[in-house]
Amino acid sequence: MGKRTIIPFGPQHPVLPEPIHLDLVLEDETVVGAIPRIGYIHRGLEKLVEKKDFQQYTYVAERICGICSFMHGMGYCMTIEKIMQIEVPARAEFLRTIWAELSRMHSHLLWLGLTADAFGFESLFMHTWRLREKVLDIFEETTGGRVIFSVCDIGGVKKDIDDNMLAKIVTVLTELEQELKTLTDVFLHDSSVKHRTCGVGVLSKQAAVALGAVGPTARGSGVAKDMRTYGYAAYSKLDFTPIIEQQGDAYARMKVRIGEVFQAARLIKAAINLIPEGPINVRYKGNPTGEAFLRIEQPRGTVLYYVKGNGTKFLTRFRARTPTFANVPALLETLKGSSLADVPVLVLTIDPCISCTER
Amino acid sequence: MSFFSMARLLFKSFIKGPETILYPLEAKPVFAKTRGKILIDMESCIFCGSCERRCPVGAIKVNRATKEWSIDRFSCIQCGYCCEVCPKKCLHIDNYYTEPSAEMKREEYQNA
Repeated sequence: MGKRTIIPFGPQHPVLPEPIHLDLVLEDETVVGAIPRIGYIHRGLEKLVEKKDFQQYTYVAERICGICSFMHGMGYCMTIEKIMQIEVPARAEFLRTIWAELSRMHSHLLWLGLTADAFGFESLFMHTWRLREKVLDIFEETTGGRVIFSVCDIGGVKKDIDDNMLAKIVTVLTELEQELKTLTDVFLHDSSVKHRTCGVGVLSKQAAVALGAVGPTARGSGVAKDMRTYGYAAYSKLDFTPIIEQQGDAYARMKVRIGEVFQAARLIKAAINLIPEGPINVRYKGNPTGEAFLRIEQPRGTVLYYVKGNGTKFLTRFRARTPTFANVPALLETLKGSSLADVPVLVLTIDPCISCTER
Repeated sequence: MSFFSMARLLFKSFIKGPETILYPLEAKPVFAKTRGKILIDMESCIFCGSCERRCPVGAIKVNRATKEWSIDRFSCIQCGYCCEVCPKKCLHIDNYYTEPSAEMKREEYQNA
């Protein structure tokens, strides 16, 4: 048996978008275990729900995370609408779906760039983020902000997208798909990328189910679970099937995410074709009483929201169980048996969003 | 699959030049809906205090007795909630953000 050493990974590491600490237990160069430590970004946002009323809290919920910001706002608003039984107009559902799928595209493009950076392919990273700027420009033109939109509200959305802008989104997405084809061919077929990702960090289907992995981490191992099949927002009117891969290694997870980028572009174009005219929000009265659970599909996986209100304007409890929190045990499983040089790629392959994990 | 695809892409971007703008020598392009700082039309303000009650961070302070409206620009999160609830619609969001400053002080407006 080789000698065991413990090497600290994080909280500061060039490859991590947010701080997380892992104590890697190594035997020679092979990782035999990892002990996580989280808590570097805990801001007490769930406790803040006692101080900010439920309408002001929409703005706080959006700011849980910068990458998944729209979906947090949308999930919170949908949960409150479920408690208060508010019926959101159809046009607002479609607009929310369009912004949600654009968020998914920008998040996956961000992840692809970071993964290229993790194995040192910096020019691919820069070009992927250059294409991501086109999506961020669409956000700025339709909502006013590149990262935080402040556009989702209880009862609908606050800003409308007119027909010219919808046509422009379709044009931008068509150009983007063309340029993305070149880059994703590099991701999928370049031999140096394949050396770093094929066969690395295999998560078997049984392990993915037993450990509760969600999102592309689970779909890359053959678990067919995607909350969009349940048809919330406008997904029931769009033709959607989840993308599943079977191998369970980092390459399979990358294929799932690349497939989801192109699928998101198709869903947005389909939604723009079907979007009805009508109001974009609905008035409501009163305060939320009761509790509700809701699950939506963020770019990183299934997120579960729980809100409890007691009839006053302050909620008693808000809980968001975010996908990275569910994927950390799966990460620790994939790290066993890998070599030290693969650890940065494996940590990135679950798409860690630590700000979401530790609100 | 094609060969030399990255090399061709790099060559094209070398010819085309950088994608980034030379900020601050060039201005950042803004859109009509870009959210920057909050501006107030003091003539129309009735000092009702709705903006102060609704602000999620408490950046706005309204004093009805002395007819003062002040905002802490560095706490403001540019959400636009104050602009929506203002009954007289005297608040609106400018396209440009707050300039950096060396001092931490509130911006105060008087309607004497």
